[in-house]
Amino acid sequence: MDEPALQPTGPSRETAPLVTLTDVTKRFGAVTALNRVDLDIRAGECLGLVGHNGAGKSTLVSLINGALAASSGRVDFPASSADHALAAGVRSVFQELSLCPNLSLAENLRIAHADLRGWGWRRRAGAEIEASLDTLFPGHGIAADALVETLSIAQRQMVEIAIRFSPLGGAPKLLILDEPTSSLDAGIANQLLEAITRFCDDGGAVVFISHMLGEIFRVASRILVMKDGHIVADEAADHFTRQGLVDVMGHVATAPESDSEASPRQLGDVLVEQAGLQARRGEIVGLSGLAGHGQAEALARLYLDATSAWRETGTPPMVFVAGDRKRDGLLPLGSILHNISLSFLATTARWGLVDRASERRVGDEWQRRIGIRTQTLSNPILSLSGGNQQKVLFARALASAAPIVIMDDPMRGVDVGTKQDVYALVRAEATKGRTFLWYSTETEEVCQCDRVFVYRNGAISAALSGDALTEAKILEASFEMQESEA
Amino acid sequence: MPNVLRRPWLWAWLAAAATFAATLALGSGRGAGGLAYAALSFGAFAAIVGVGQMLVITLGPGNVDLSIPATMTLSATLALKAMDGAPDTVLLGLGVALLVGLGTGMANFALIFLLRLPPIIATLAASLVYQSLAIWSNRGLRVKPPQALAEFATGRTLEIPNVALVGLALSIGVWIVLERGVWGRWLLAAGQNPRAARLAGVPVERVRATAYLSVSVFAAVAGFLLASFSGGAALNMGAEYLLMSIAVVIIGGTSIAGGFSNVPGIWGAAFFMFLVVSMLNTYGAGAGARSVLTGVIIIGIVIAASSRRNHA
Repeated sequence: MDEPALQPTGPSRETAPLVTLTDVTKRFGAVTALNRVDLDIRAGECLGLVGHNGAGKSTLVSLINGALAASSGRVDFPASSADHALAAGVRSVFQELSLCPNLSLAENLRIAHADLRGWGWRRRAGAEIEASLDTLFPGHGIAADALVETLSIAQRQMVEIAIRFSPLGGAPKLLILDEPTSSLDAGIANQLLEAITRFCDDGGAVVFISHMLGEIFRVASRILVMKDGHIVADEAADHFTRQGLVDVMGHVATAPESDSEASPRQLGDVLVEQAGLQARRGEIVGLSGLAGHGQAEALARLYLDATSAWRETGTPPMVFVAGDRKRDGLLPLGSILHNISLSFLATTARWGLVDRASERRVGDEWQRRIGIRTQTLSNPILSLSGGNQQKVLFARALASAAPIVIMDDPMRGVDVGTKQDVYALVRAEATKGRTFLWYSTETEEVCQCDRVFVYRNGAISAALSGDALTEAKILEASFEMQESEA
Repeated sequence: MPNVLRRPWLWAWLAAAATFAATLALGSGRGAGGLAYAALSFGAFAAIVGVGQMLVITLGPGNVDLSIPATMTLSATLALKAMDGAPDTVLLGLGVALLVGLGTGMANFALIFLLRLPPIIATLAASLVYQSLAIWSNRGLRVKPPQALAEFATGRTLEIPNVALVGLALSIGVWIVLERGVWGRWLLAAGQNPRAARLAGVPVERVRATAYLSVSVFAAVAGFLLASFSGGAALNMGAEYLLMSIAVVIIGGTSIAGGFSNVPGIWGAAFFMFLVVSMLNTYGAGAGARSVLTGVIIIGIVIAASSRRNHA
């Protein structure tokens, strides 16, 4: 491994890739997650990585950052001739956040920055994280001594990103960002995209995973498409069109439906009325605004008030689709099937015993309808990729007969094809008379709703519907006199 | 790795079998049959309280019932006092024991739920009250159980001790509820992630209340049987079951972090706990050495079992 180190200043070092993957394969038991992949990443590149859920994106970056070891093939860092990712300046922001909730921001930074020791390390760590946050997200309003558990998921995501961007006693050379914008609102996501562009211009490299193709086209200089563990396309970003990219990813491309095309639904009586939030039978109600302005809290309050921790009433009055999977959704020790069936077990049970035949039947039906990628539903829930775990939570909610479905930013980590499927599913269920309350950080998504409530500082600042429901109006209502952001 | 090696109950049973063999090898003065019979009799009490404790521990970190010994004593004392040694009062006594169990269970959960006390504090504090009630009602008089009940508790059916049959019946009931029942699924869900369970429509507080009621009722039944078995209630009769109830749960393969429970392992662990003591007796160890060695062995097997599970 030391051979390149003998000539540390040759011109070849300037152009040597930061990381090289040679014929890398990764298997998990019988499943091949990554199949004979070759890849170079060079300084100054911003690599956009796209593919459907379970295509192998997370596996690929885990091999680069050393979280997983390859089953065969080599991972090298020629530019730095380092023998592991950390020494080569590789940093990762994961889809599942890695912060310790019971520690402060400064203390979390210290975990990543081992050299920070001696008297006053908390102050120095605090200064480092504040500087990084200020650079990335001006006006973030997060204090360095705040405990992570007191932050919203968007703020936690910002802190996670800021820690990886900060110097940590060295300099980041390659940043891996796995779905970094999934819980950020448009304004913050914008700031992050600008920071990524600046970082690449300054000679850093970025691997950027996102299901939002708009973001990919905005920052990526090169796009890598993965499908079933293979790299199926690897070209400069300007060689792709949006439609072309969707085609390569292998989803049946559906043109986004316009609202007028959808059959008009009959809206019924008002079913939900709480703190200004209102929903009628069969209506799809969107909640929008900047992340962390009270939408998630409003939905959780609505759900917890309507259901009981004591009584069990057969068909529940409403069901909840969690966006923060780890905190609000998953039963980590359970199987996929047990995670799905939790919402309807009681309605099919006899003598208090689970009707396992109907449980299996409903589970299989939803696996087919929503496309959960696994061989059998008896597999543990944690064997699924993040996007597929999210599908399980959708299946759990929709498999019950509840008339109201609450969705708390449920599209985090879900690929484009599945999103289209879920939109169609939601519209079909709404036509049958179900009511949806849908909080999303993606403005594009809430524009598909019948009516949108925009939240600002924990209260509703606007209710938009019909022709008034536009992206510009939503942004305007989100930003209170801050006209420039729109 | 073959599937059977992943079974969490395996290690408790292997340990029990090894201890059994080691005790026999030294010649305990009784044969394999006698030793097995004794293990079944004494193991049954540990298994009954262990199964109850398992339900509560499955609820997740911090959930434990430390009032088991006091509940056992109170139930035995009040039940024996109510029966007063008279024939045909067995059902009355059982009824009193069950009522005591329900009462202490409700009191425990009321403290936990209404006063938001940590379960460790709530059940420990409540157990002082239960123990005082037992002292106050006992007044040093030692009532004998009715003849029929004593005969049942020390008797056997098909060469199996009756107390073991009662314990087995209760365990199978719990096992069915956990493996096949809706309540079992709810319990496991609440133990893994209470917030997610609540948001998925699980009546989490009801599940918790039922678990705390169950452990108390199981402890009350165990106390009732133990007093009948040993010829009367005593104020310290439950003492050894505090550590015992927790040890059999952990050794049996139930996750201390909650969300995963295992009934067969409890029985393996209960046998193991009895056999360790009789093995040390056979070796002629004194009381002090016996306690130290029992502690060391428990710690050893918990470490072995948990590190194995982490690698699996």
